[in-house]
Amino acid sequence: MKSELVIDVRDLTKRFGNKTVVNQVAMQVRRGEIVGFLGPNGSGKTTSIRMMCGLLTANSGEGTVLGLDLMRDQLKIKREVGYMTQKFSFYDDLTIEENLAFVARLYKLKPLHTYVDKTLESLGLTSRRKQLAGSLSGGWKQRLALAACTMHKPKLLLLDEPTAGVDPKARREFWDEIHVLAAEGMTVLVSTHYMDEAERCHRISYIAYGNMLAQGTVEEVVASSGLHTLLVKGEDTDKVAHTLADHPDIDQVAPFGSTLHVVGPNEDKLKSAVDEICADYDLTVELGETTLEDVFIKFMSDSKDNMQ
Amino acid sequence: MTHFFSISRFYAMFLKEFIQAKRDRITFAMILGLPIIQLILFGYAINNDPHSLPTALVYTSNDPYTRAIVTALEVSDYYEFSHVGVSASEANDLMQKGEVSFIVTIPSDIATRIQRKDKPTLLVAADATDPAASSGAVSALKNLANEALARVNGEERAIALQRAQRLQIIVHRRYNPEGISQYNTVPGLLGVIMQITMVLMTALSLTRERERGTMENLLAMPANSAEIMLGKVTPYLCLGAVQMTIILGAGQLLFDVPFVGSLWLILFSTLIYVFSLVLLGYFFSTIAKSQMQAMQLMVLSLLPSILLSGFMFPFRGMPHWAQYIGECLPITHFIRIIRGVMLKGADLSQVGNELAILFVFVFVFSLMALSRSKRTLD
Ligand SMILES: Nc1ncnc2c1ncn2[C@@H]1O[C@H](COP(=O)(O)OP(=O)(O)O)[C@@H](O)[C@H]1O
Ligand SMILES: [Mg+2]
Repeated sequence: MKSELVIDVRDLTKRFGNKTVVNQVAMQVRRGEIVGFLGPNGSGKTTSIRMMCGLLTANSGEGTVLGLDLMRDQLKIKREVGYMTQKFSFYDDLTIEENLAFVARLYKLKPLHTYVDKTLESLGLTSRRKQLAGSLSGGWKQRLALAACTMHKPKLLLLDEPTAGVDPKARREFWDEIHVLAAEGMTVLVSTHYMDEAERCHRISYIAYGNMLAQGTVEEVVASSGLHTLLVKGEDTDKVAHTLADHPDIDQVAPFGSTLHVVGPNEDKLKSAVDEICADYDLTVELGETTLEDVFIKFMSDSKDNMQ
Repeated sequence: MTHFFSISRFYAMFLKEFIQAKRDRITFAMILGLPIIQLILFGYAINNDPHSLPTALVYTSNDPYTRAIVTALEVSDYYEFSHVGVSASEANDLMQKGEVSFIVTIPSDIATRIQRKDKPTLLVAADATDPAASSGAVSALKNLANEALARVNGEERAIALQRAQRLQIIVHRRYNPEGISQYNTVPGLLGVIMQITMVLMTALSLTRERERGTMENLLAMPANSAEIMLGKVTPYLCLGAVQMTIILGAGQLLFDVPFVGSLWLILFSTLIYVFSLVLLGYFFSTIAKSQMQAMQLMVLSLLPSILLSGFMFPFRGMPHWAQYIGECLPITHFIRIIRGVMLKGADLSQVGNELAILFVFVFVFSLMALSRSKRTLD
């Protein structure tokens, strides 16, 4: 029996030169889950994923991926997972069909043409099979890449920012496909820097500047942040925005139309600070819900402070 | 599983590379166009019958025989006597500067010798760094001089031809004692052109994957280093065969290069030679960080291949250290094989050693490339 944990790694560390890019990261992904891997650019998402699929050797760390030892069985892991790179990395100068056939041959999928034809059909690209992959739009390229790296039916799928630079409609369709794959029994780890995509994952992991800062469902991550939010509404919001932002008990002030999101760590102190500042103006104050974005902005400013 | 060589994964790589090479117009233009351009360029240098080569004429006496020869040579279009009546040392200086290709010297005793029915002699110094020119020019000189002498003596043409046996032309090939002829050049050119195209094509193969960002994906898939390497180099064996046909075909058509030995032996040796080149190129691509670096490595390997292989200068005439370097280049051995087989009809037993050395290159370059191949992005 394999463990229920498809990914179970601890203390994953990667240094380039003397720069620590991934710092003692731990990650657990259960079978059948879709886990979102979030974090700002340059925070080590790609590097972590590469270590987990056997493309990079960690400086230190331990654990298993698909039950295989992370440090010893790199080659086996690489063969068992499906990995979609951040940048489109199939061949622009091969046709869609030739790209798929290339992958199918490398994985020794037989009969070759059945696999290729089926994949083309499910992509809806049968009539364009002779088209060069380089001439596809961004959204289509991503779908082709996804289809190609799932052709050999991997149990674990690692997707690195699959929806970056893709229009919203194509993004939605892409996520629908990910859910279909998960329903078929694939476990998916998908990195992204779009907040709204976190909502489409069962759980999320948040990494910033190489440090894993939070893991869990969206609700858990928001709750564990300990942040509270008040909504300030009215005509004069822009007059108080600066004063609010400068107050020591207030972390963030963000305008959304005529509403201000005011976020702070201590509910009582936050309330008294806001009441005090807004008393002289014609403004209403009510309790709001903290969003994932508020949490991430706090994480980012915290970890920046740590870096300095 | 991936530890063993798999024919089907190799075939996947091979097919992909083959399609890509076929689709890349620049590659194709290079593989087909370069040999043709080179042959045409070299074709001028190895023209069988060059005319109007600048020549210095040295003579001291003013007897009728000398004057007749000078006039006859001056009106012919074979030589262009750019410097007539210069002294021997002036002529030498002109040749060193490259302003004349030949120095024709009419000895002062020519009149006495002819009258004594002795063998008259003409001295020709040829700048043999431009070697192909000399042979045709020398025989032309003989005819021109004889006809001139015949006219002076009022003899008929037939008798003059008889006398031709008697006029002796003494030729000194300067700077290039081996006197490489066009027959030597075309087989050598085959080696050089292949060295340029085959090494370049494959030197770019991995760097191109890296620069296009496709390397990461390739490494993420199950092909192992040997499959990738062989899949990437073997398509160029086919292209190399096409190139060889063009070069040898054109060599035969344009320059009548003789074809004495076994065609199969030539094909086979060329194949092994190309195999060693594509592996050398592939090795470069495993160490180059960019396409620019790959090109530089290719140029670096090209220079000694042209200069020290016996293509440009006679191998045995080089200093020992240069010969040692030359021995370490596949092209040196290939040129020996191909000249031997094509021009002298050598058979397998005679070129077997050189062929074996080419196999050693194949083996060594594969090992070097494989030892540099990585299975991860580290
Ligand atoms: N091969 C490498 N050599 C040196 N630095 C690297 C290398 N790969 C990534 N980095 C650095 O590591 C950091 C994390 O990069 P990455 O993992 O790509 O982040 P993300 O995918 O979250 O944007 C970046 O600062 C990047 O410049
Ligand atoms: Mg990234």
